[in-house]
Amino acid sequence: MSAAITVDHVTKRYRLYHERNQSVKAAIMRGRRARYDEFLALDDVSFEIREGIAFGLIGENGSGKSTMLKCMARILRTDAGSITTRGKLSALLELGAGFHPELSGRENVYLNGAILGLSRREIDQRFDAIVDFSGIEQFIDAPVKNYSSGMYVRLGFAVAINVDPEILLIDEVLAVGDQEFQNKCTDKIASMRREGRTIVVVSHALPSVRALCDEVALLEHGHLIRTGPAEDVIDHYLTEILSIDPAELGIPRRATGEIHLDGVEIIGADGRPRPEPTIGDAVTLRFHFTARERVVEPVFGMSFTSSDGVLVTGCNTMTSGIRMVVEPGPGHLDLEIPRLLVAPGRYHITGTVYDREHTTPIHEVGDLHAFHVAEGTLRTSGITSLGGTWRADA
Amino acid sequence: MSQVREYVERRELLTNLVLRELRSRYKRSTLGWTWSLLNPLSSVLIYWAVFGVFLEVDPPVGDPSGQDNFVLFLLCALIPWNFFSNGVMQSIESLVVNAGLIRKVYFPRELLVASTVGGLLVTFLIELGVVIVILLAAGNMVLPWIPVILVLVALQTVMVVGIGLLLSAANVYFRDVRHFITLIMPVLFYSTPIVYPITTVPETWRIAGRSIPLRDIYGFNPLVRLVTAYRDAMYSLRMPAWDTLAYIAVWAIGLLLLGQWVFNRLDRRLAEEV
Ligand SMILES: Nc1ncnc2c1ncn2[C@@H]1O[C@H](COP(=O)(O)OP(=O)(O)O)[C@@H](O)[C@H]1O
Ligand SMILES: [Mg+2]
Repeated sequence: MSAAITVDHVTKRYRLYHERNQSVKAAIMRGRRARYDEFLALDDVSFEIREGIAFGLIGENGSGKSTMLKCMARILRTDAGSITTRGKLSALLELGAGFHPELSGRENVYLNGAILGLSRREIDQRFDAIVDFSGIEQFIDAPVKNYSSGMYVRLGFAVAINVDPEILLIDEVLAVGDQEFQNKCTDKIASMRREGRTIVVVSHALPSVRALCDEVALLEHGHLIRTGPAEDVIDHYLTEILSIDPAELGIPRRATGEIHLDGVEIIGADGRPRPEPTIGDAVTLRFHFTARERVVEPVFGMSFTSSDGVLVTGCNTMTSGIRMVVEPGPGHLDLEIPRLLVAPGRYHITGTVYDREHTTPIHEVGDLHAFHVAEGTLRTSGITSLGGTWRADA
Repeated sequence: MSQVREYVERRELLTNLVLRELRSRYKRSTLGWTWSLLNPLSSVLIYWAVFGVFLEVDPPVGDPSGQDNFVLFLLCALIPWNFFSNGVMQSIESLVVNAGLIRKVYFPRELLVASTVGGLLVTFLIELGVVIVILLAAGNMVLPWIPVILVLVALQTVMVVGIGLLLSAANVYFRDVRHFITLIMPVLFYSTPIVYPITTVPETWRIAGRSIPLRDIYGFNPLVRLVTAYRDAMYSLRMPAWDTLAYIAVWAIGLLLLGQWVFNRLDRRLAEEV
């Protein structure tokens, strides 16, 4: 795959003036412009962003992430090195797009669209989609200076993604706005990825970077520390630079992979496969796995989730006091269920294997197996049945 | 050359920026566009009262038009002057005023200067239209001269854009540029024959025993040439001298090239400095 963005030995310096007031008098007195120090915001940074991936830029405050993004967007010019981009690029920087405060939302949509290279007709076609996405129909004819920062970002985001960019740059903006809008944005970004567009995000929210991005670059004080698969780089950042346990942030540690969960087989009371059991059946869930090496006392776990996302139940071998040693090669582990007391419907099984302390994942699969529970004689409402029997005592 | 192509490629954006300029100019003012005619009207009244009535400045008789009216004489020069002065003053500010855009999105920033001038050009053309109607009412058959007037307008626009590019970029780095230009604008105004005919300027000026060819020195000022050319075409109804047109064109193109060159050099750090 070819590169959507190539960053080649990029250096960017900012000038820090000793006296901010820029006056001709001062310049003449000194024979030149105000004296300044140079601040190296990006120091010889090189990396490539492949076409069609989601790429994250992470690093502490002031590490040069926004500077990098602005250089990509050509808003800033590099002092050395070059950045080549392929395809139409649209950027959404901190605090929203460049809107003119006195003009209405509508006029700004047209203006911004034109800046991003759309013709009037193209904007006409997209206008409804933009307003619809932003969710601020009632205010579209009010001057944007009366907008709240949330509305501002909504409209900015709606414009930036509806111009059909091949490359979308986003800087921290997703942190603004309510949850509903954030979800909408995340969905839209996901669908843009499916269409093969390239997305570059700068974000503080490491869990979302991890969920969204394929690859990540880590910057520190303007230097590129590391670039590569998202998991690697984020783990490196957390453990080596921030010295924190990823689990504390709700980010699962990276799976170590000695054992690989292959799938689940459902077996009926007669010992034969029963892929679609009926409520109340006695079944065995057989977890197939392959071990790369010998693992002492791994902790296997599983959970059931209904099709509407409700966690029905979960259990693991540790709480049941099972200790086992897994030898290299294929193997399986059975979970015997005397009566399958979940309501008829569709369920997903999550499978996990952890190390003996139950802290480091070995393998986790969110959707290891999906199956259907059929209706039977046992009637129930809700998601589970108690398996009880009514008795009318005379 | 690449600049020209960029202008052409982004003409849609230029149009949009000009429209934005026009829309936002009189936003939230009750009289709106009427202001753009009231402003020149008020200055015409003042200059007419002070120079035409109190000081009794005698306008030259138009040759061959035979026109002899101070207000018309004044209008033919004052309206172009206003375009020049507003164009320069507003384009100086055009980058600083649009800092929000410059810091957030990429586009050729020259367009901000061009669109500021473009917005004023629209006003200027409307004003010229009004002046032409007045001239026609006063019996000056100015219609055949419209092509010449448009050539002058084009040259003047190029000149103003050139100066605008030069000064707007400089103003981002040295904010005194605007104050300095505010200071010299009236000097330019009174050293250009707008409220008085050039014939009031003595051919030579004797000072400390030396004689200075004042009228010739005046002739170096492209604004003097420009105003003279407008008056030739509109007031006197005659073809401006070819060397005058050539002189204006050389200045206009020279200023545009210089302005673009300086702008390109200063554009590099614009988003950080603005
Ligand atoms: N216009 C500017 N002038 C001077 N220094 C700047 C400017 N913009 C950013 N910086 C400095 O450059 C460094 C990197 O900034 P930035 O790219 O915004 O970092 P990040 O987005 O990673 O927080 C910071 O130390 C910041 O203070
Ligand atoms: Mg930042």
